[in-house]
Amino acid sequence: MKDAFGTPQSLLVLGGTSEIGLATARRLVARRTRTVWLAGRPSPDLEKAAAALRDMGADVRTVAFDALDPESHEESLGKIFTEGDIDMVLLAFGILGDQARDEDEPLSAVRVAQTNYTGAVSAGLVCARALQSQGHGSLVVLSSVAGERARRSNFIYGSSKAGLDAFSQGLGDALHGTGVHVMVVRPGFVRSKMTAGLEEAPMATTPDAVAEAIETGLRRRSETVWVPGALRVVMSALRHAPRPLFRRLPV
Amino acid sequence: MPADSPTDSLATPSTGSPVPPAPVATSDAAPVAASDAVSVSGWGRTAPTTARLVRPRTQEEAVAAVRGCGERGGIPRGLGRAYGDAAQNAGGAVFDMTGLDRVRAIDADAGTVVCDAGVSLHRLMEVLLPLGWFVPVTPGTRYVTVGGAIGADIHGKNHHVSGSFSRHVLAMDLLTADGTVHTVTPGTPLFDASAGGMGLTGMILSATVQLQPVETSLMSVDTERATDLDDLMARLAATDHRYRYSVAWIDLLARGAAMGRSVLTRGDHAPLDALPARARARRAPLAFRPGQLPAAPSFVPEGLLGKASVGLFNELWYRKAPRSRTGELQKISTFFHPLDGVPHWNRVYGRSGFVQYQFVVGYGKEEALRHIVRRISERGCPSFLAVLKRFGEGDPGWLSFPMPGWTLALDIPANLPGLGAFLDELDEEVAAAEGRVYLAKDSRLRPEMLAAMYPRLDDFRALRADLDPRGVFRSDLSRRLAL
Repeated sequence: MKDAFGTPQSLLVLGGTSEIGLATARRLVARRTRTVWLAGRPSPDLEKAAAALRDMGADVRTVAFDALDPESHEESLGKIFTEGDIDMVLLAFGILGDQARDEDEPLSAVRVAQTNYTGAVSAGLVCARALQSQGHGSLVVLSSVAGERARRSNFIYGSSKAGLDAFSQGLGDALHGTGVHVMVVRPGFVRSKMTAGLEEAPMATTPDAVAEAIETGLRRRSETVWVPGALRVVMSALRHAPRPLFRRLPV
Repeated sequence: MPADSPTDSLATPSTGSPVPPAPVATSDAAPVAASDAVSVSGWGRTAPTTARLVRPRTQEEAVAAVRGCGERGGIPRGLGRAYGDAAQNAGGAVFDMTGLDRVRAIDADAGTVVCDAGVSLHRLMEVLLPLGWFVPVTPGTRYVTVGGAIGADIHGKNHHVSGSFSRHVLAMDLLTADGTVHTVTPGTPLFDASAGGMGLTGMILSATVQLQPVETSLMSVDTERATDLDDLMARLAATDHRYRYSVAWIDLLARGAAMGRSVLTRGDHAPLDALPARARARRAPLAFRPGQLPAAPSFVPEGLLGKASVGLFNELWYRKAPRSRTGELQKISTFFHPLDGVPHWNRVYGRSGFVQYQFVVGYGKEEALRHIVRRISERGCPSFLAVLKRFGEGDPGWLSFPMPGWTLALDIPANLPGLGAFLDELDEEVAAAEGRVYLAKDSRLRPEMLAAMYPRLDDFRALRADLDPRGVFRSDLSRRLAL
């Protein structure tokens, strides 16, 4: 169960090798979290991540999960919930893609969309239903500022996050009053292996900062969290910038 | 959680008229719509969860409710005054006991009452005071049920004299997980597991309670101020035994030399000859007329109770108290239940709610108490409700909170950053001093701390495993702490 400050005792991370996911797990394990499920494609990295959390004292299990195979989600995720309540599900999987290549190869663009959006729709719904039947829990969805307004430089990734973001907001409204809390997290540029080699955007942040913002959001039962917080204002302005102007901005 | 949610309607005193059916809180658009699910939280309004609310009105209905409560079990709930998650059961059933609300028999000579578990102490006072009897133990609110009073084994300002509530329970009817009703008497394992058992051994259906005789419905109260914590502890230790009721309000925001400055309020039931000859009260010395102010508004902005506002309140409250005054006559409601005068006062903390932290450390561990008070005051926890009391002899309940020693209770807004980690540190100090925190108020304890604080925890777990192997009686508290 969550405590009065929203800190979960059990956590399921979808995208078990995600740096933000693991930074959040570390932070929560240092508080109350004792049971962690890391869901992802079986790999040495996934096992390494599990071992690192075990060293912190958590009971960690890994489970095979593939965002690109929505038909398996019902079974692979469903069985986790039969083993006990999950207080928080962190939907942290996603790929950035390579904008230039994806524009040339529509199929690789589709793969970005299927991972980030379609995979999340199915996994999100499966988890939401399980959380609802246990009468409590948080579903935390990692969206992105990139979904707030499509930019020339990464609109394929951005559009997939825009879809995910809208889906999560709607799911949050659907679950309002059921005891299940949906929180959409919109980080800006996060310095991580996903963005390694890319030119850093203004107001860049770190996985640890995102984890901290998630913990605060849980305490406040927030519905939307921006990281860093000032991005809320910046993006509000950018969202309304006229397109001829927006095109010329160095964003 | 919206303030006009069903949780709040549960919290309203239900004596007299039945509570209206709780509105449905689920959205039709939800993937799986459980049409009778409602959001339930404790009095602190943190961590609400959703459950099916069942309100039995007869013993037969109660048996049917327990038998049919489903896979995620159920937990009895009274008037929702437990601060944390003791009377919530996410995804399962919550048995609203306020439908079982009959006072069945009063023996006005022997001073005993037999009543249903859902009868509130408020109702008992209304019925019993005119007959010259008072409840043996009352906490800071009258709006707790008899079942809840036993389940949490509540204590009052008279613990040093009278012990906790269940010490005055002569017998109770308990509906256990197998659907049978047992009459349980003191001195048996089932009684000791149920007194303070947080509703997890079964559903208390009715109880026989030994009452306290009184001549009037007024209290004779002595008030004095203590300039700091040491002064306060010295005064309490030296003179507590002279009063039936004793409590100290502490200003936890006062620092430095004033740390622990406080107002002591002690008293006893006023005898008839203490009333002035021509006073109005003389004509009806046993009248019970608690006043009530308008309810707190349903929306209160966050952060109203910060260091500045609470600091100002504390300053005024301390200055307002007389340096010393004896024999003042006060109404029962003024002396025992000042907050009951403001319905829904828990709303003043805004939507993120508040936590109450209450712990006890034994006599001889005064240094630990001083250290904790110093840490709280140095950290600047905006608490305007902090009280210090002395407990007497411990009670037999396996999970009963009181033990001989000092107990401090304080309210803190839940949105205070870093509060969780801070309270975890205080837990460590409490446990190191062989003390414990109160489960009826808890919403955040680390499960690992529990065994050190409650040495009979294993007995409790073993009895439950035996009595209720499927875990029919279950709550968010029991899940969180693996009770």
